[in-house]
Amino acid sequence: MENEQKLDTYCEKTWCPGCGNFGILTALKQAIFSLIKGGIRKEDIVAVSGIGCSSKIIDYLNLNSFSSLHGRPIASAEGIKLGNPNLKIIVFTGDGGCYNEGISHLIHAAKRNIDITVLVHNNRNFALTTGQFTALSPKGFKGKSTPKGSIEEPFNPLKIMLASNATFIAQGYSSKINHLTNLIKQGVSHKGFSFIDVLQPCITFFDTYEEYNKKVYEIKSENLTSEKEAMKKISEWGYKKDKPKIPIGIFYKIQRPAYEKELLGDLNPSNLRNS
Amino acid sequence: MKKDFSILIGGAAGKGSRKAGLIIAKLFSSLGYRIFIYDDYRSLIRGGNNFSHIRVSDKKVLSHREKIDFLLALDEETIKQHQSDLDKDGIIFYNSDHISIKNKKAVGIAIETMVEKAGGTFLMENTAMVAGFAKLIGIDWSVLSKLLEKEFKKFTGLNLKIAKIAFDDTKKLFKVNKLKQKSLPILTGNEALSLGAVKAGLDFYFAYPMTPATGILHFLAAHKEDFNITVAQLENEIAVINAAVGAAYTGARAMVGTSGGGFALMTEGFSLAAQNETPLVVVESQRGGSASGVPTYTAQGDLLFCLGAGHGDILRFLIAPGDAEESSFWAGKILNLSWKYQTPSILLIDKEISESTFSFDEKVLNRIKREKPLLWDKKGKYLRYKDTKNGISPLAFPGEKNVISKANSYEHDEFGITVEDGESVEKMQNKRLRKFVEMKKEVDRLESVKIYGKKTAEQAIIVWGSTKGPAKEAAERLGIKMIQLIVIQPFPEKQMQKALKGVKKLILLETNASGQMEKVLNSYGIKVDKKILKYNTRPFFPGEIEKKVKKLI
Repeated sequence: MENEQKLDTYCEKTWCPGCGNFGILTALKQAIFSLIKGGIRKEDIVAVSGIGCSSKIIDYLNLNSFSSLHGRPIASAEGIKLGNPNLKIIVFTGDGGCYNEGISHLIHAAKRNIDITVLVHNNRNFALTTGQFTALSPKGFKGKSTPKGSIEEPFNPLKIMLASNATFIAQGYSSKINHLTNLIKQGVSHKGFSFIDVLQPCITFFDTYEEYNKKVYEIKSENLTSEKEAMKKISEWGYKKDKPKIPIGIFYKIQRPAYEKELLGDLNPSNLRNS
Repeated sequence: MKKDFSILIGGAAGKGSRKAGLIIAKLFSSLGYRIFIYDDYRSLIRGGNNFSHIRVSDKKVLSHREKIDFLLALDEETIKQHQSDLDKDGIIFYNSDHISIKNKKAVGIAIETMVEKAGGTFLMENTAMVAGFAKLIGIDWSVLSKLLEKEFKKFTGLNLKIAKIAFDDTKKLFKVNKLKQKSLPILTGNEALSLGAVKAGLDFYFAYPMTPATGILHFLAAHKEDFNITVAQLENEIAVINAAVGAAYTGARAMVGTSGGGFALMTEGFSLAAQNETPLVVVESQRGGSASGVPTYTAQGDLLFCLGAGHGDILRFLIAPGDAEESSFWAGKILNLSWKYQTPSILLIDKEISESTFSFDEKVLNRIKREKPLLWDKKGKYLRYKDTKNGISPLAFPGEKNVISKANSYEHDEFGITVEDGESVEKMQNKRLRKFVEMKKEVDRLESVKIYGKKTAEQAIIVWGSTKGPAKEAAERLGIKMIQLIVIQPFPEKQMQKALKGVKKLILLETNASGQMEKVLNSYGIKVDKKILKYNTRPFFPGEIEKKVKKLI
């Protein structure tokens, strides 16, 4: 705990009391502390964020950070990774930024298999703009822009990631902190693109605690290289209201050459002239 | 033979008229002549009429003329389109397998028959055309064969065989003499600016293809090992600019290139670089029209857009070089300036510079070096946005020992944590404003305005960007003054006042429909008496400017 406090800053936390983001922050700090203990230099970690409640997290972390534009943190992170491939990069984004505004970057980053970790704080609404529907809000979502309920069905981003050739696909839940800590550690350690969708209840605009607490269960990490098995697992819930269970864990993990290695070889552009 | 003449070679797209034009230019270049090639093509892959207009001179030339001395026609369309531009003593050299002309001044060459005889393909017809033309103007076989060996790495023997047949079959009508001056390489503006940026320490080029900037992507991708740089094509322009800002955050020097439409997509990222104070160079190569416009033709219609691009109170370096050598120099300079002041910048060119080919004096590269930015002294706690006297905060990068570098798109404190209280917001804006003052001072130290023609003349024309080439020639012939504005933001007020001293009549020339530069000049209290605007997406000819200006003075 004392060590984890070293990762704190003087910035006041402005998330709502009970926000799922607190769970993510705790899990993250545990994971980072453990990664540092495992030999990763603190100076080599960069937290990249977009805009939204999720992205406030970087102000609370005494780490290198890059606050990008709404929807663009993945593109920024790719540039940072290419600039210095030694850096360990974690992107913090919301479902609005990742699945609405910036979905092209998510798909292409997965396709490239660039070695970054994308952590989606998936609260299934635009919260910082006071509760509008996103690509992941359920049909019937009542927000200020859809007072009679959203008419769109959500898509399943995990399926999109599988179709985009992502090499690490996982889902976590902000209330399962130790489970999430492990997912983040594994994601960051994975050599290639790692994608973690984190179910994060929004206590103010879309409170899903009751549903998630009832339905979420941890799956075993097995048959991780089978695309067919992965498809089965990620289709079980599919963000659908009427499904009884929500599996969390790692669904898919394979190895393929990382983009930065293929593009750069042994070049490190950042240190080439500045060290 | 004349010391300044023009050759036009044309044919359907895919017939290799551009390659043939380049070889002809290189032939003259190897004999010490100076070259300018205007390439005209449409947004298609096959068909149409592509042509290269090659101007050859004993002196430096930066534009092409209306009149043609030699019209080289790979097909009949070329003759139809261009014979009215033929000089009264001009000669047509044509593909006689395809075209029949009854004209004393026309010389036919059976390029298709020759290629067939030698066992080549239709792609080699342009080789026969070039070789025949070389003979016609009296270039020695040894000069021609040496160049062809270099140019054709594949099917060298076959191309030489075809060339020899065409050479032997054509009558010599002229004699071109070797000049007693150094032969210069020929480069496109895109290639020249790439070299300048590399000389200033470029590490990354990110892009999404868009004419007329695509040539930069192709050139740097082809030479990335030679230059020890990284080139990446990403999914769209938004990814491109955001990745470039990310790379620069690690200390790597990044540049992106596009045209107006692509830059429109990049503007939010441009604003990000201004707000989080990250160095970045955007090459904006203008093309005709709004939206998709006229993709492969030229214009200077994005000036006001570039001046205002990016939301918020931001200042950028906006620099508009006027030819290939200037593009090279300023590409290097603007990269260094971006790093010195931690700011996004725009190098504003157009199709006329990007894709035209120029004789390039490499001496300009000696004036470019990688200038070191202000780095952190490694003392105390690192503050990315340290509130310094001149507003410039020392740089340190992630991965460095004891460094926590927090770059922020939100308004932030010195460490980089988001702030929203009025006092902190104003403090950080004041820091950036002090930096803008330093940027303005820097512009006064640069050669931001250049004067040509008769420097004491009371009549002056004012131009920017590619209009420099034809306007300079016209001004020199008319004996008037020409003012070229190179650095447009921050505006070089002192240098402009000096340049305008004694000028009683000021005529503005630019290739856009609304006179965008006039609005810029007006905002600094400079009144333009007359404007000459051209907006058919073709560049000015020197003779055209001469005629139009004459009527106004």
